[in-house]
Amino acid sequence: MAALGSPLRTLRGLLRELRHISGSAYRDTAAYRHVLAAFRAHRVTSEKLCRAQQELHFQADTYLCLLRSVRQHQALHREYHGRGERTPEEVAGLVGFRLPRQPGGKG
Amino acid sequence: MWRRRRLVQALSRLPALAARGRPLGPGGGRAYAPPPERKRFYQNVSISQGEGGFEINLDHRKLKTPQAKLFTVPSEALAIAVATEWDSQKDTIKFYTMHLTTLCNTALDNPTQRNKVQLIRAAVKFLETDTLCYRVEEPAALAELQKKEWDPIVTWAEKRYNVAIGSSTSIMGPNIPASTRDTFISHLASYNMWALQGIEYVITQLKSLILSMGLIDRHITVEKAVLLSRLEEEYQIQRWGNVEWAHDYDLCELRARAAAGTLFVHLCSESTTVKHKLLQD
Repeated sequence: MAALGSPLRTLRGLLRELRHISGSAYRDTAAYRHVLAAFRAHRVTSEKLCRAQQELHFQADTYLCLLRSVRQHQALHREYHGRGERTPEEVAGLVGFRLPRQPGGKG
Repeated sequence: MWRRRRLVQALSRLPALAARGRPLGPGGGRAYAPPPERKRFYQNVSISQGEGGFEINLDHRKLKTPQAKLFTVPSEALAIAVATEWDSQKDTIKFYTMHLTTLCNTALDNPTQRNKVQLIRAAVKFLETDTLCYRVEEPAALAELQKKEWDPIVTWAEKRYNVAIGSSTSIMGPNIPASTRDTFISHLASYNMWALQGIEYVITQLKSLILSMGLIDRHITVEKAVLLSRLEEEYQIQRWGNVEWAHDYDLCELRARAAAGTLFVHLCSESTTVKHKLLQD
């Protein structure tokens, strides 16, 4: 089985990601309620090796990986790839020129 | 006088310029600019249950797929995850971050119009070019790393599915026997159409059928699967250094896509029932 670590850590990570998404109102979101309900429901079972518990933990871990990597990807995009092209005015300004203004439009 | 007229004629032959002095494309917009991003036009995202399944509501409007079908998902957890994706958009809507929404749209619209048999065939075809089966001979450190990391997964797959896969260092790749292919075809046939779209997506992203089966069967985590898929890149990064704006960018994107695909498959192919046991006293 996959090496997943402790469920508490996964839960804490998930709640942190949800807080990043929703801000201070994260406790009212459907995702928060669903995650907590799912973790609570699978906490107490009579089996020692509960397959449903491991399935849920794997799913939670996968969802945490998804949220975390989307956030990191967006941050990297903003930092390195988000600026886009320079406008013609900026390009002219690089060498100290200004674009001409035609009062009647061109052509 | 005639010189100025010549100049005006020459200038008028240039492509039409908008009032602000930029070239115009065919639609009247900038010729080489991407389309403007949509602003977030909704305040609240919520879920409701319809006849076909769960639907997403943006304020009071129901979400539709790109082909204008009603967006319905079979699983409540999936609907909540999609709603969270829409809720996490701030200011502008970045569709390239909404992987689960994209997967649901693909499953609902089926734009490539493939049926189940074609999807399974496309998925199993990847086994012939599976990353884990292509080994290098040099540098020796990389060959050793591939043997150490990839062999256990291949052995696991061979044992779990009772097939023979093997690996090869030649450019033609491993020789996959027909029985192996048939086993995988019949195994994948047990998944429904939505789950198959997800499986095929994960295989295409990770470039490996074996790693995808490892994820679906919960044998390895998403981080580990992505690491194994990018093993050679990780080796080169260890050797030559990490370039954040390329390596980490690709790593995060691959992790997001693989995680979305895996979650999609699991949520589409499960059914949860909660049985409450009464305390007997």
